[in-house]
Amino acid sequence: MAEPCPSSGSEELTDSEGSAYSGLQDSGSDSSSSDEEEEQEEGPGGGSVPRTRAKGAPRKRKTLEDDSSLEESKALLAQNEYEEDSSDEEDIRNTVGNIPMEWYQDFPHIGYDLEGKKIYKPIRNKDELDMFLEKMENPDYWRTVQDKMTGADIKLTDEQIDLVQRLQRGQFGDVHFNPYEPAVDFFTHEVMIHPVTNRPADKRSFIPSLIEKEKVSKLVHAIKMGWIKPRKPKDDTPTYYDLWAHEDPNSILGRHKMHVPAPKMKLPGHEESYNPPPEYLLSEEERLAWEQQEPAERRLSFVPRQHRSLRAVPAFPRFIHERFERCLDLYLCPRQRKMRVNVDPEDLIPKLPKPRDLQPFPTTQALVYRGHTSLVRCLSISPSGQWLVSGSDDGSVRFWEVSTARCMRTLPVGGVVKSLAWNPNPSICLVAICVEQSVLLVNPCLGDKLLYGATDQLLESYVPPEEERVQPVRWVTATAEEHGRGIRLLVQHSKAVKQVTWHGKGDYFASVVSDNSNMQVLIHQSSKRWSQNPFRRSKGLVQCVLFHPIRPYFFVATQRYVRVYNLLKQELTKKLMSNCKWVSSMAIHPGGDNIICGSYDSKLAWFDLDLSTRPYQLLRHHKRALRSVAFHRRYPLFASGSDDGTVIVCHGMVYNDLLQNPLLVPVKVLKGHALTLDLGVLDVLFHPTQPWVFSSGADGTIRLYT
Amino acid sequence: MGGVEKKKYERGAATNYITRNRARKKLQLSLPDFRRLCILKGIYPHEPKHKKKVNKGSTAPRTFYLLKDIKFLLHEPIVNKFREYKVFVRKLRKAYGKSEWSTVDRLKDNKPTYKLDHIVKERYPTFVDALRDLDDALSMCFLFSTFPRTGKCHVQTIQLCRRLAVEFLNYVIASRSLRKVGAVVFLSIKGIYYQAEVLGQPVTWITPYTFAHDHPTDVDYRVMATFTEFYTTLLGFVNFRLYQSLNLLYPPKIDGQADVELKPAEGKEYAMDSESYLEKLSALSSSLARVVAPTHEEEVELDEFPVEGTAEQMDARKKEQEALEKHKKLFEGLRFFLNREVPREPLAFVIRCFGGQVSWDKSLCIGATYDVSDPSITHQIVDRPQVQQQVVGRYYLQPQWVFDSVNAKLCLPVADYFPGVLLPPHLSPFVTEQEGDYIPPEKLKLLAMQRGEEPGDASEEEEEEEDSNDKEEEEEEDESEKEEEMKLKKLEEQKTQSNKALPVTVTAGKLRLEDKQRLEQEQQSEEKRLAIMMMKKREKYLYKKIMFGKKRKVREANKLAAKRKAHDAAVKEKKKSKKAQRA
Repeated sequence: MAEPCPSSGSEELTDSEGSAYSGLQDSGSDSSSSDEEEEQEEGPGGGSVPRTRAKGAPRKRKTLEDDSSLEESKALLAQNEYEEDSSDEEDIRNTVGNIPMEWYQDFPHIGYDLEGKKIYKPIRNKDELDMFLEKMENPDYWRTVQDKMTGADIKLTDEQIDLVQRLQRGQFGDVHFNPYEPAVDFFTHEVMIHPVTNRPADKRSFIPSLIEKEKVSKLVHAIKMGWIKPRKPKDDTPTYYDLWAHEDPNSILGRHKMHVPAPKMKLPGHEESYNPPPEYLLSEEERLAWEQQEPAERRLSFVPRQHRSLRAVPAFPRFIHERFERCLDLYLCPRQRKMRVNVDPEDLIPKLPKPRDLQPFPTTQALVYRGHTSLVRCLSISPSGQWLVSGSDDGSVRFWEVSTARCMRTLPVGGVVKSLAWNPNPSICLVAICVEQSVLLVNPCLGDKLLYGATDQLLESYVPPEEERVQPVRWVTATAEEHGRGIRLLVQHSKAVKQVTWHGKGDYFASVVSDNSNMQVLIHQSSKRWSQNPFRRSKGLVQCVLFHPIRPYFFVATQRYVRVYNLLKQELTKKLMSNCKWVSSMAIHPGGDNIICGSYDSKLAWFDLDLSTRPYQLLRHHKRALRSVAFHRRYPLFASGSDDGTVIVCHGMVYNDLLQNPLLVPVKVLKGHALTLDLGVLDVLFHPTQPWVFSSGADGTIRLYT
Repeated sequence: MGGVEKKKYERGAATNYITRNRARKKLQLSLPDFRRLCILKGIYPHEPKHKKKVNKGSTAPRTFYLLKDIKFLLHEPIVNKFREYKVFVRKLRKAYGKSEWSTVDRLKDNKPTYKLDHIVKERYPTFVDALRDLDDALSMCFLFSTFPRTGKCHVQTIQLCRRLAVEFLNYVIASRSLRKVGAVVFLSIKGIYYQAEVLGQPVTWITPYTFAHDHPTDVDYRVMATFTEFYTTLLGFVNFRLYQSLNLLYPPKIDGQADVELKPAEGKEYAMDSESYLEKLSALSSSLARVVAPTHEEEVELDEFPVEGTAEQMDARKKEQEALEKHKKLFEGLRFFLNREVPREPLAFVIRCFGGQVSWDKSLCIGATYDVSDPSITHQIVDRPQVQQQVVGRYYLQPQWVFDSVNAKLCLPVADYFPGVLLPPHLSPFVTEQEGDYIPPEKLKLLAMQRGEEPGDASEEEEEEEDSNDKEEEEEEDESEKEEEMKLKKLEEQKTQSNKALPVTVTAGKLRLEDKQRLEQEQQSEEKRLAIMMMKKREKYLYKKIMFGKKRKVREANKLAAKRKAHDAAVKEKKKSKKAQRA
């Protein structure tokens, strides 16, 4: 139906070839005759609308210029027909070409003619009012259009309007065109008895093709040779069989032993139930806390919820996520065999002898010695164990009777007492007291009158040598007023003295000066009243010094090391590494082979001098800095006092045979001192004969534990 | 001196490990292929002890594999298949580009495929090894079998997963192996956990609730599909072996007699033959065909070995065996009917596992054996607020009863599970409380019930008793208050008297009783404290860690107990107020 539409005009042509190219015929007929042209102009022009337009437009321009009617123009058209056909250019008056005409909006002209002269726009000064008036008055207003190329108004003819309307309606432009022509079946389905053409058939249509034969024979050969096989039907379903029918232990790879199987997923607890017991549901604040936690930190990966019945349970939105995470764990996580420590914590606690079996040791607080108004820095006890002396920051030294806690004497010394030491010789009653830059030798005048009388005599029996020796200190005899208070001798140092300690025999004593030169340690002989400086060079800030109780050894503790000097040979014997940051105090076992060092980093180091220069044991019992340590002279006990306000008494048994290591057992934690100024216990001291321990604290009291 | 200079990182740990990228290059595989290979072969990264040494001095985070593992991968036939597949894809793309459709067809026909049988055998040299690693395989197959048949992964995979999962369920039913001391099924908020004992190995798996999946976008389905590929192979072989061990046919065939029954009577085809087979199988309602005709008496009596153990032990074992048998036949003789709103598959599976008979509405699923109106139904599982028409002679119960009974190893009293009733909590059967752990009161009740006591009434009695006790206490309190008042008055009187008489009084000294036990305890604790002081640093650290964990456990248990107490108190308060309102 639609196929033959352009060929409708050439109905008479029965030839099949002609029908296909009817368009050509149009162009041919265009030039054939004017009569036909007229018809064609109206007729097939509908098929190609733009062409008619293009032709129509110049025609109108012509009419405008000539200012003649359409009929005239038609006649003109008939006359100029050949001119027009021969060349298109002549027809075109405006030479600007196919451009948007808006470009000329602002110009008085609208283009150029063939001679290059401007074509002026027609004078039209119509404003809106004029337009309106025209609209109202001009009956042809509706058929007037403006030519864009010339700007002139054109009144459309009836034919033109008819054409426009037909096109608008979607009809063919040609009035005479009949789209509903009866269809002529050129290629009928009915088999005709005669052939369409009388041409005899080719020879090759009777002979089998050689090329095909060659191809087929090749395929046949390939099939025969087994090169081409018929396609097997595909079976997607996997086939299963008894894979483990022959479990051969030999075929297990060696690497299988190394394989770490993935840990199984954790089994769900009550809280994961859809209807858990009410205590497993999260409370409001727990839920908020859960939400604020990072997803990795949460102990539960979900919020437990309670559903009244099974039908109310929704799908878990993270189900696929969880499976996926499990997959990731399986192939991305490094696996490692970790030995779980499956020990009973009780087994970790060392089996120590029970403290009850290690008695006696001080267990309870027995007496409190009150009197000092400031912190009590140091303590010392008379060799007999009857008298106790204490030095305090309030500038006084007090003498106490041990058994009654009565203050026997108060000796104001006018300065902070850093250290004091009772002469260990039982036949001499003398106390060395460090006050600022001097060491006072005081006779407390307590106890046996004979004894302290003898001491005074001993001191007075001093005969100054003939030739004055150069001494690092000045020995001054006390004035009468001082003598009355008990002070016998003053050893004046150049700098402040911070520690004093007696040799076991009671003649020599050593003092430590807070200095960083080689003058830090001085050894004095009280009977001869002369002092010497044993060291040529300083080896660091000396914290404390100590005499060996039996042998001529001298211990000097600097911040991190304890140096042991042989006084006879005058050489360094040993250097003990304390493994502490800052040694605060030091005490020696009465046997002389073991030393304990307390340090400000709350450690206590036990050295066995026979064993090594490193600590045999480092005890971290205290929470805060250790201030002092002490050994008992008879019992295997040692104590340490610390800033945390406790005194820890330990059993420290040293065996005579060298094969057995010392046994250290803490036996008692003694508490009592109140913390003042962040300081607790400042000094600890054992009674020389009884298993009693004294402690002086920053709260200004001295306490006795028995 | 002399000798060759030793270079760093040429011996020791550095040579035992290989980074992922180097391994990939060595194998000449792309990263996705390498991943696939690692998943299939079960190769996982290793964390070297000294990372910096292995990393040649760098501290950059890297994944390390054992060099031995990678060398092991080198002669894996699958690697070649991967390469072939790569070539295949390239050719196919080219053919598509050139629109050579016959080539496309040819190529598609010759698509390289591989089998994973040898890998399964290699990874699990014994059957027991395979059973031990079945958890993930089952969970994954159950998940994939619920996926829609569009997108995400191949339809064949989903169908295969479904088939294997159903086959496994059927095996469990046939072997009645869903039994473990205590625990089997757990309805969690994530899904339903099952645990079965297969040839002595506990196998746990989880299935999601049957809802459409909201497929997340941040999940790599390729990885999951690779895992599934391996798991389906594994599960297929395991299923085969399991069926063989029970003398069942594999692939499973529905018992001939049952098969006839299952045929729809009206002559309407339910589905295509190929599909209806799986549907019938997944109905879980019919027994499977055996290779050898089943002998009904296959209960194996426990042989008595007089040598082994004492008589008591034998008795204990026998008892245990009996209990097991009893547990196995928990639902024997009971006939269940599932309403259409309850999840059919888990319930049918569990009931069938414990010897019960189960049916459902005919229109719900294939395989219904009897109708609602059947008078012999003993239990009807219902999950709606109330049942309009109740038939006399059967219990209407919520589905939780089935699961709780199975977990408790006894048929629980039905009163708590009637439709519309507030259900008792559903407890996890996987939790075995050690001493010191918090045990919810429901569990305690259950344990008592298992021991054969009758705590059901006792608790109510207790409550009543408690109420009465409260009253008594209140009364007592009143009395004591009165007494105290009397005393005070007396004292006042005395005071006034004494003031009048003498300024000094002798008060009777109090006898200080020394609590010996307490003293002893104190001493012991002090000894312990002192001993702890003497611990070595490392041991002390460990000790403190252990003690911290213990304390936390206790704290949590206490917290739960307190919460429960508060909850109970609140509930009681409510009850009382209600009572008061009524009164």
